[in-house]
Amino acid sequence: METKSKTKTLMKLFLSTLYISFFTFGGGFVIITFMKKKFVDELNWISEDEMLDLTALAQSSPGAIAVNAAVLVGWRVAGFAGMLTAVIGTILPPMLILTIISFFYSAFVSNIYAALLLKGMQAGVAAVILDVVCDLGSNIMKMHRFYYIIIMLAAFIAVFFFEINVIYIILAAALFGIVLEILQHTRRKQI
Amino acid sequence: MIYLQLFFSFLQVGLFSIGGGYAAMPLIKSEVVSGHGWLSMSEFTDLITIAEMTPGPIAVNSATFVGIRIAGIPGAVIATMGCILPSLLLVSLLAFIYYRYKKVSVLQSILGSLRPAVVALIAAAGLSILQLVVFNDGIVNISNLDWIGITIFIVAFITLRKKKWNPIFIMILCGITGLVLNLFMKLLQQ
Repeated sequence: METKSKTKTLMKLFLSTLYISFFTFGGGFVIITFMKKKFVDELNWISEDEMLDLTALAQSSPGAIAVNAAVLVGWRVAGFAGMLTAVIGTILPPMLILTIISFFYSAFVSNIYAALLLKGMQAGVAAVILDVVCDLGSNIMKMHRFYYIIIMLAAFIAVFFFEINVIYIILAAALFGIVLEILQHTRRKQI
Repeated sequence: MIYLQLFFSFLQVGLFSIGGGYAAMPLIKSEVVSGHGWLSMSEFTDLITIAEMTPGPIAVNSATFVGIRIAGIPGAVIATMGCILPSLLLVSLLAFIYYRYKKVSVLQSILGSLRPAVVALIAAAGLSILQLVVFNDGIVNISNLDWIGITIFIVAFITLRKKKWNPIFIMILCGITGLVLNLFMKLLQQ
């Protein structure tokens, strides 16, 4: 009886994550909204407050938000087996779709019309990314913290003009954050 | 050997892309285009375009695409494993800590100073894609300007800023406009 209900839970978890992953276009935040609808509102597996904490964790950990969220929801619902089930359900759709596309890609780009179509779309994707950058950048500016702006400028100059490895820049920024946190902590203690 | 290279490249992408969405893009570019030369800048831009239009995280999409092109389906599976492995280990550890202590705030404060850096990295990767659009074959030279690409970019960018239309719709519209304008120019030249 126990194992039967567990298999049923895993099956439901697999189908839910598979379904969510297949139909969510546009990044991690969208998938988290869908997960909340499914696991909090529909199935009542996770409480709303917990889902908010899990979202914060998924965002602040390395890796894709969708995969991170699947790891967290999976553990919460059915332990280790649940974690694996949720992750497989989440990565299977993009893997299948990209496999199919990559087989057609070479034939597609060697077609002159398709190549021109893709060229126009490259202009579109540049616009989409720089639009997102404007939103993200203005959010950072609105925080009115001088050192955030310094970090942003320094990171940009380092990668765009000096072509310094992206990984070093991320490590340097993280280290800066840790040092700042320690400094503020000791200052608070002194007062 | 190539499997190991794929695995470790995408392991780094998984380990160092923090903040989701486009955060993985600069890392993928530095591994796949600048680092190993597995894709040209133009192929990388196509990959981002495809990733934007299909479901799933950019990192998983890229791992599958690059893996298949370099070493077939086993390559795709190994690259994807590499990119999700850090999540499996680190997030599981974090989940354990969370359920034990219910504290997220320390992580959030480190994230505070990481976020501006990530925005800058995305901006830089976006500008290298723009460079490909503005100059034919991405070679920076005034005589090499692609006026059709520049026009489409400016119109698309202004539309996105003002109207907040669906990005996928905008990209398809750009594609069709590019095709029509380029064919029209060819006809004029003949």
